[in-house]
Amino acid sequence: MATHESAAQESHAHAAPQGFIRKWVFSLDHKVIGLQYYFLALAAVFVGMFLSLLMRIHLIWPAVALPILGDIKPETYLTLVTMHGTIMVFFVLTTAPQGGFGNYFLPIQIGAPDMAFPVLNMLSFWTTFLGFIVMIAAFFVAGGAPLHGWTGYAPLSAVQSSGPGEGLGADLWIISIAIFCIGALMGALNFITTTLDMRAKGMTMMRMPLTVWAWFVTAILGLLAFGVLLSGGILLLMDRNLGTSFFVPLITMNGQVTGHRGGSPLLWQHLFWFFGHPEVYIAILPAMGMCSQLLSVFSRKPIFGYKAMVYAIMAIGFLGFMVWGHHMFMSGMSPYTAFAFSIMTMGIGVPSAIKTFNWLGTLWGGRIRFSSPMLFAIGFVSLFVSGGISGPFLAQPVLDIQLHDTYFVPGHFHLIMGVASIFGIFAATYYWFPKMFGRMMNEKLALWHFLFSLIGTYAIFMPMHYLGMAGMPRRYSQMTEVNYLHDLIGLQKFITYAAFITIAGQLIFLVNLFWSMFKGKKASDNPWEATTLEWTTATPPPHDNFGGHTPVVNNGPYEYSVPGAPRDYVMQNDPEIEPAH
Amino acid sequence: MGLVLLIIIWLITLVSTYFFVAKTWWLPVGASAAAPLIDHHFTVTFILMGVVFVAAQLALGYAVWLYRDRGSSSSKVAYSHGNTRLEVVWTVLTTILFVGLNLASSSIWASERFRAAEANAVRVEVTGMQFAWYFRYPGPDGKFGATNPELEDASAGGEAALGLDPKDPASKDDVVTGTMVVPVNREIEVILRAHDVIHSFFIPNMRFKQDAVPGLAIHMHFTPVQTGDYEILCAELCGLGHYKMHGMLKVVSQEEFDKWLAAREAEKQ
Repeated sequence: MATHESAAQESHAHAAPQGFIRKWVFSLDHKVIGLQYYFLALAAVFVGMFLSLLMRIHLIWPAVALPILGDIKPETYLTLVTMHGTIMVFFVLTTAPQGGFGNYFLPIQIGAPDMAFPVLNMLSFWTTFLGFIVMIAAFFVAGGAPLHGWTGYAPLSAVQSSGPGEGLGADLWIISIAIFCIGALMGALNFITTTLDMRAKGMTMMRMPLTVWAWFVTAILGLLAFGVLLSGGILLLMDRNLGTSFFVPLITMNGQVTGHRGGSPLLWQHLFWFFGHPEVYIAILPAMGMCSQLLSVFSRKPIFGYKAMVYAIMAIGFLGFMVWGHHMFMSGMSPYTAFAFSIMTMGIGVPSAIKTFNWLGTLWGGRIRFSSPMLFAIGFVSLFVSGGISGPFLAQPVLDIQLHDTYFVPGHFHLIMGVASIFGIFAATYYWFPKMFGRMMNEKLALWHFLFSLIGTYAIFMPMHYLGMAGMPRRYSQMTEVNYLHDLIGLQKFITYAAFITIAGQLIFLVNLFWSMFKGKKASDNPWEATTLEWTTATPPPHDNFGGHTPVVNNGPYEYSVPGAPRDYVMQNDPEIEPAH
Repeated sequence: MGLVLLIIIWLITLVSTYFFVAKTWWLPVGASAAAPLIDHHFTVTFILMGVVFVAAQLALGYAVWLYRDRGSSSSKVAYSHGNTRLEVVWTVLTTILFVGLNLASSSIWASERFRAAEANAVRVEVTGMQFAWYFRYPGPDGKFGATNPELEDASAGGEAALGLDPKDPASKDDVVTGTMVVPVNREIEVILRAHDVIHSFFIPNMRFKQDAVPGLAIHMHFTPVQTGDYEILCAELCGLGHYKMHGMLKVVSQEEFDKWLAAREAEKQ
């Protein structure tokens, strides 16, 4: 196996490119591609955040006209909802943790010179980029962007006359997602092959950092999930433009019979959520891996229960494919299947709880350093618990009757797959910035950014649970038409104010990021005194990652405070320590 | 910094929990037979999850404070890779908690969704369309007449909106209304339909929600136990007017209901 691995590595060595275009634009270097993904996600997250701010403003001041955009109409609000969700899920939560950090650090952490398929890697980034351009283009065509929500339920999404934005805008939306799926599939293949075939000598599967495990399992989920969404998207395009009826039965729209016959609106939901639920884990698994990594590094203590963590990642990935029906308890699907999906969903709480216990176990008895990455890792644990705890409410169909499609749901998923994942991205940024750019980020600014983000996001999303319990439905552009909603406007106002403050806090991050890139303190090769392979190489790493030699791995990834060792950490390529007990 | 984190995490936990426990915002008043059962299970879940939430957050805040790096005065770091017995214990405990909760609620779900409505239930057909709800009663013959999509005229409202087919004799006595009127303490069988896109029939006070899907006739039931007026909402995104797809449920005594229905039927003669 070892000789096979090193042979695979040698065949992938390629010379460093010369010239701007080959080096920074159409680069084959996984590190450059990782940065490209990262900055694409950064652009996308600010677009997505801006859209959410407009939503918040319209919700509490429906009559206010906005600069540039003018009056916000109810359909404009739904457009904002749709595009905010789509951009955030695909181009931020899927793009940054996996495409960005996974690309940059997976090969280095396993001791490889590059990804298994560098050309495919370049193609997957540019495909994703094209997808983003097409998505943004939907804003600028006649009728504007679609209003059918990020889930695109048919027939609303399948018939052009169902509302404004359901013409060309909706076509572009579907095409963009289809393009994104192709990019994600190529990326997934690359990640899986690289992890299986490109590991350095001694890097057994059970010595891989938990970040690598998370990226690896995420890639498997992506490979199985995006293909289904791609097929669903193509069928939806055909329903919209070629007169097929996969998802549309006989219906009338605006008094006109549409000509469709015999299709099933529930079929779309099954295809969508077969992708959509694993997608949640595609967003959060890398953040879980990141958090595990950082808690160990900054507690100066081995991760608690490495094997349990690996099995929990696998269990979450596996069960993640059997729970999609919990989005459909109220859809008209058989109530018997709801019962089965519910059991599976509650079951997925078990590996999630195991991870939380292990994170606490890692902190327990450590010597915690509160560097910026660690702050966000601790914030992640708190958010993961808070967002996770509302899961068992929604996972039980009998409680879902009341809570489904209320604000309880956005409250739940924003905390866990939204903000917790974003905290993973922030933690990763602060942690790996020195390796990527050779400079440190400013710790004071990072602390302020952390405080704004943690308190701010709780102030935004915790009250959404209260709104949901009180019966406030999602995706309502105004609260004027339902009497009991009038009482809830005060709480909505509070959320909007909190959103303003939280978003202002994100500007601190932006300033810190770009200022530190040029003016930050110079970083040493291993500023956090961590053990994994990326900290054994130069900062920033050379084109082939390890400057012509291939590391040999002798130790596990989390050997901190080893009794008898000369320092409080043992690098993975240090001489082998006595087997731990 | 450890102390700052402890204070922030504990404060967030305290404030969040306060508003839940004080019930500042809570479920709307329940007015159906199922409401007390559902609310009870909600409370059980709420207490169990609340305990887990508070315990985990307190432990997190406490751990980061207690085990902060105190420089040379720090105690030695415990070099440990974990504890298999602990892993087994918390795996088993969480499995029992989650699966147990689920099984405890399954009988309520079964009575709500597994069984059909009783034979003597009051039958109301509910149709959702952009952006209104219509309610149809079968009339003295007890039969819903045929409808024809070609005849639908949403802008005309009422019977025309549903596309009632005059050629079917059973449709002659059907009563179509914009407000749902039902008798108290009787089981109501709801037959849900949608003309254009998916809508969701949501009556918060009845603890009732079910999507209305084009192409399907979904049979559901609920039993109101309190007279009064209750708001009906659409809970599934259905287009630009989603937020104003609003209706009213009037729960009245059996006599009032009979009188009301007889008057509507008389108008049809």
